[in-house]
Amino acid sequence: MAETLLDIRGLKTWFATDDGLVRAVDGVDLHIDRGETLGVVGESGCGKTVTARSVLKLIDMPPGRFEDGQILWQGRDLIPLGQDEMDKIRAREIAIIFQEPMTSLNPVYTVGHQIAEVLQQHEKLGARQAMQAAVEMLRLVNIPNPQKRVHDYPHQFSGGMRQRVMIAMAMSCKPRLLIADEPTTALDVTIQAQILELMQEMKDKLGMSMMLITHAMGVVAETCQRVVVMYAGKVVEEAPVEALFGNPRHPYTQGLIRSIPRVDRAAEHKERLEAIPGSVPSLLDPPPGCRFASRCKYAMDICVRGMPPFKEVGPGHRVACVL
Amino acid sequence: MSRQYIIRRLLVAIPSLLGISVVLFCVLALAPGDPFSEIAANPAIPPEVAASLRAKFGLDDPVWLRYLHWLSAMAHGDWGFSFASRINVDTLILQRLPTTLIVIGAAQILAIVVALPVGVLAGTRPYSIFDQVANTLAFIGFSLPTFFTGLLLIMLFSIKLDWLPMVYNAELSSTGWPWLWEQIRQSIMPVMVLGLFQGASLVRYVRSAVLDVVRLDYVTTARSKGIGERRVITRHVVRTALIPVVTLVALQMPIVFSGAIVTEQIFRVPGIGSLLIAAMLANDTPVIMAVTFVFACLVVMFNLIADVLYGWLDPRISYR
Ligand SMILES: Nc1ncnc2c1ncn2[C@@H]1O[C@H](COP(=O)(O)OP(=O)(O)OP(=O)(O)O)[C@@H](O)[C@H]1O
Ligand code: SF4
Ligand SMILES: [Mg+2]
Repeated sequence: MAETLLDIRGLKTWFATDDGLVRAVDGVDLHIDRGETLGVVGESGCGKTVTARSVLKLIDMPPGRFEDGQILWQGRDLIPLGQDEMDKIRAREIAIIFQEPMTSLNPVYTVGHQIAEVLQQHEKLGARQAMQAAVEMLRLVNIPNPQKRVHDYPHQFSGGMRQRVMIAMAMSCKPRLLIADEPTTALDVTIQAQILELMQEMKDKLGMSMMLITHAMGVVAETCQRVVVMYAGKVVEEAPVEALFGNPRHPYTQGLIRSIPRVDRAAEHKERLEAIPGSVPSLLDPPPGCRFASRCKYAMDICVRGMPPFKEVGPGHRVACVL
Repeated sequence: MSRQYIIRRLLVAIPSLLGISVVLFCVLALAPGDPFSEIAANPAIPPEVAASLRAKFGLDDPVWLRYLHWLSAMAHGDWGFSFASRINVDTLILQRLPTTLIVIGAAQILAIVVALPVGVLAGTRPYSIFDQVANTLAFIGFSLPTFFTGLLLIMLFSIKLDWLPMVYNAELSSTGWPWLWEQIRQSIMPVMVLGLFQGASLVRYVRSAVLDVVRLDYVTTARSKGIGERRVITRHVVRTALIPVVTLVALQMPIVFSGAIVTEQIFRVPGIGSLLIAAMLANDTPVIMAVTFVFACLVVMFNLIADVLYGWLDPRISYR
């Protein structure tokens, strides 16, 4: 049995807004084992980022709050931890990289300084040693001429290069888990592949686990061992990657997989990309039953009466649908 | 930061100062009255003498000629002669300027020392009790004109309580420590009035700049690094929030100087602000011209300092 690193149980992260309570994450269960890559997919606004940030407690409180649930990190619940204890986990045990490389680095410090800052804090290195280590990190993420680039400011780097810097920074304390929140969405297609490859390489080198958040099902198929599909603040399906693509059970997952652009077919039949009709329901007052019901072509009476329970449909394959 | 950049900025400052001096000169030339109007009105002075005096000082020349005279004299270090004080204008200004600079400088330091931490605390805890109290006080401080707060302080501390001297005395008889003590006692009120007025608007700037920065992505990145909230705020939030604040402070310098003029008047501080007012009342044109020009130079200088600071704080600004 694989060792579970992170185990999120029934997590509810809500936001108090002027319009009411936004149930951005509303009872999410997921776990990540040592050494594996878990993909988290779902449409925009389904709560992927909020889930990711909740793990490191990077949610602004207020307006956010943890309504319920546990975030077990190697068996210890992070939710009750204070700032100081969280700071010992951040970057050192769990690191995170964000979607927007253009704005995720502080414009007024050199990239070397920003990497060194982490090392000085956690590895207790001196300023010069930390800078030297930062050069090594930049070399590791394939930034040319790192000795010189370490003194450059973020605006002197391209988007792809900045994301490399972010990865270097995240990797610098050799964390056990890397949370990557759409690390390639903002980048060019060619750069995307390079960054994903780099993350894969880092992961293998350090033997860490990864939580990869993405819109792109193609990316999931290539890099992940297991996948969690989220819809409107909830997990609707969880499966090993082969099972998910081979035998998707939830109608929403099926829709997601059908919407992957197929270069071969699209060219032949001039097919339109099959997007799922309709849009994500409001997280303000979610309907009581299955949240996908308004868009589901199989929707029945029982679907809206109550939340469909999770059921095991195969080894490690669970789905929240009455079908 | 390149020396070239600073030199270039200094060179750019010259035409703007020239422009300012032209405008000042024209305005003063258009204003009614001149230093000789009293002499002309004095029956004891024969009209011929008055006329020859006017001719000697070139008062009846066309404006542009007078301006050129003034400019070339200034360029030679001759700032003119104060008819009212019967002393050279440069000596007069040098006597008065240090007092003004000390009062303004101390007030600015007070403003920054108070406003920076208060603004940062308020900005990082928006809508908290602290923020609301700070905001309200800042609003009050910002709305009350300096002449009002000045008089209020005088009423309270000089008249009612008799703790502080009401009038600033430039020629203190004591020396050494007692001198310093007296100096501090008489500077407290002017510095407070000016500094707190400045501080009040500064608090609002700092708060809104901090509010703008804390939401940015790189602050979340900084938090994710586990470096502690304190470091996140001081290194990542305040550092960038200061960039717009520096510009605003520099742009506010004219307001500071006008505040200083009023404050000096209220507390009878013998600085160049009160010199300016006295000169205006006496129609002492060379002094008015020189003092306003000194103010203009100071404003231009502070803008230059702000530019340099701005570039130092923000590496994205390049000096080409
Ligand atoms: N600070 C906040 N205050 C109020 N609502 C918030 C806040 N942060 C997130 N939300 C809400 O939570 C919901 C989920 O947002 P989240 O960013 O997690 O979506 P996502 O799945 O990451 O989407 P995307 O793919 O676009 O990144 C959204 O409806 C959003 O409006
Ligand atoms: S529970 Fe019902 S509405 Fe929801 S996905 Fe399944 S079939 Fe569709
Ligand atoms: Mg997101």
